[in-house]
Amino acid sequence: MTITDAPKIVSSRFGFGDSHTLERFLATGGYQGLRKALTMTPEQVAAEVDQASLLGRGGAGFPAGRKWSMLRKAPVRYLVVNGDESEPATFKDHHLIERDPHQLIEGTLIAAYAVQASQAFIYVRGELALGLERVQSALNAAYSYGAVGRDIFGSGFSIDIVVHPGAGAYICGEETALLESLEGKRGFPRIKPPFFPAAIGLYGEPTVVNNVETMSNLPWIIMNSGAAFAALGEGASTGTRLFALSGHVRNPGVFEVEMAKTTFRDLIYAPVYGGGIRPGSDLKAFIPGGVSAPWFGPEHIDMSLSQEEVAKAGSMLGSGSVVVMSDQACAVRAAWRITKFFYRESCGQCTPCREGSGWLEKIMHRIELGAGRDEDLELLLDVCDNISPGVTWPPAQTTICVLGPSIPSSISSAVRMFKDEFLVHVKEGGCPYA
Amino acid sequence: MAPTTSARGPDEHSRMPAGSGSVQHFDSETRRKAEELISVYPEKRSALLPLCHLAQSVDGWLCPDAMREIAELVGVLPAEVLGTASFYDLLHTEKVGHHVVSVCTNIACLLRGGEELLAHAESTLGISPGSTDAEHAFTLEEAECLAACDRAPCAQVNGRFFGPLDPGTFDALIDDLRKGALDDVVPPHGVISRVARDVGLEASSANEREGAGSSDIGSGSGGRG
Ligand SMILES: Cc1cc2nc3c(=O)[nH]c(=O)nc-3n(C[C@H](O)[C@H](O)[C@H](O)COP(=O)(O)O)c2cc1C
Ligand code: SF4
Ligand code: FES
Repeated sequence: MTITDAPKIVSSRFGFGDSHTLERFLATGGYQGLRKALTMTPEQVAAEVDQASLLGRGGAGFPAGRKWSMLRKAPVRYLVVNGDESEPATFKDHHLIERDPHQLIEGTLIAAYAVQASQAFIYVRGELALGLERVQSALNAAYSYGAVGRDIFGSGFSIDIVVHPGAGAYICGEETALLESLEGKRGFPRIKPPFFPAAIGLYGEPTVVNNVETMSNLPWIIMNSGAAFAALGEGASTGTRLFALSGHVRNPGVFEVEMAKTTFRDLIYAPVYGGGIRPGSDLKAFIPGGVSAPWFGPEHIDMSLSQEEVAKAGSMLGSGSVVVMSDQACAVRAAWRITKFFYRESCGQCTPCREGSGWLEKIMHRIELGAGRDEDLELLLDVCDNISPGVTWPPAQTTICVLGPSIPSSISSAVRMFKDEFLVHVKEGGCPYA
Repeated sequence: MAPTTSARGPDEHSRMPAGSGSVQHFDSETRRKAEELISVYPEKRSALLPLCHLAQSVDGWLCPDAMREIAELVGVLPAEVLGTASFYDLLHTEKVGHHVVSVCTNIACLLRGGEELLAHAESTLGISPGSTDAEHAFTLEEAECLAACDRAPCAQVNGRFFGPLDPGTFDALIDDLRKGALDDVVPPHGVISRVARDVGLEASSANEREGAGSSDIGSGSGGRG
């Protein structure tokens, strides 16, 4: 087991019961990163983040510094922080929002300064009632303290932040759907091109959309330098990262680990993290990065938590959520439930996604219930192929956003790894695990 | 989420906010809060969802008159408010129970008994997912992942998390809710946040764009406390 001695960058205050308060935040170095950033030029701040090569933590893993540099020059620009966190089994931002809202606000301010935003919005998933309260309270306190608003800390830099509540729709996590939602509309993803947020974003103005965890890393990076961040991890996977571990482990939870230096085995088995598979069972499979990601089996357990390594092996680290299935889990049932999720959450704009998700859900459900037909396996793969031709990874794109092409991942994984289970369901007319 | 309203008379019973003209549904306090919410956005329509949340926190659901007033406040048609609100799971364009119980059955909860928990919830509450009991005490929902998978299997009641739950702890929770023992912890349905912004916009760039006077909350009493 390797438990590296990397510092806790985003979860350093999680141990305190009052970690969400301004008092605790200030007593533990809070707003020092912002103070320092304001003594630098915006270009210097952006350069530091570029040097950290901080990969976005929202799922796509795009370098934050590069994203900022692509922002169209314009008198009005916006920063939007994505706290919609609705990808199944992802719950790291939930912890960051509830347990360290000031760190999120500080990071947002640093980013807003670097890109010279006119206004910033923190979009928080509507279900996170306590989180919304904590961020709004923290923001109120930050205004009183002078960290946000007019002439911040006497630097001449001014910016307002608005906390915006979501209203319950997974698709609003997709960045262009999020902007639609923030404009008071249905969360329909926009067609890219031309609607790349960096060019045409909120209200048609250039906009940066970044994830909550991405923002939460910024105070540390400014205080300790981009080089110090880049010294952690390996290759493109720098720094530490929060992993949300769930399913059949002894201790589900959120753990901050050094990227690339730590393996799935460490995360799942180390007593300080997952503590191993639940008693009386063995590892069957795990999902390495959210339900859009293809599954891995025990043969991948020693792979490092590196964005590149996981991509090379045909999956993704995605939103940093690892779902563990023991040998007591039914692969068909698991894949069916994930498909049902996509069916319910498809926004309906694109035919392959809207219709395909429903077809797949129905076929998967009848197999699980024991009413499957011999030809169903072929039918499943055919529908998958219609949604994303070739059913490759990364998936071929046929739709406005990547929700649609993500649907086949769980089904094709289950068929590839556990074909026998499908056959048994069909042959025996029922679920062998039920 | 098919509408099941039976009485389809004009106004009160109709889900569709028809008609135009001035509506006065919000009381003056709610109206003031609504105007504050609108003032922090560069464009009024951005306040549409926050205003729906606000209306729900007062009425418990999003009634046609509230939708009409929201439409007027943000400058869209009432049908656009309905059309937008109906896209979102948390906005209820029909009456729901005092407690909305959402049981998650998504992957992490599924692996730890989420479906069995939902089946148990159905029998305890005597209603199926998507429905409300006759007394309007409880609405039961099957939820997608609630971002609390470390507490699987889990549920939310009016936006507050409970988990991990088993049949025993679930029933105890429902008992407590019925007795009102959790009234401090669980806000009424529709209240997503008990904390409001206490300051208007300050940054000059934003104020310039909006023009004078329109972007300070409760001018006179706002500002840094
Ligand atoms: C269907 C879908 C859902 C998404 N949900 C989220 C989400 O909940 N939170 C998030 O930060 N990013 C989500 N994303 C990714 C965003 O589109 C965007 O890439 C991200 O917020 C950018 O932030 P980052 O560069 O800091 O990672 C989602 C993408 C898709 C296609
Ligand atoms: S792929 Fe699906 S979710 Fe994405 S825009 Fe198309 S229909 Fe909507
Ligand atoms: S799967 Fe139930 S809370 Fe995430």
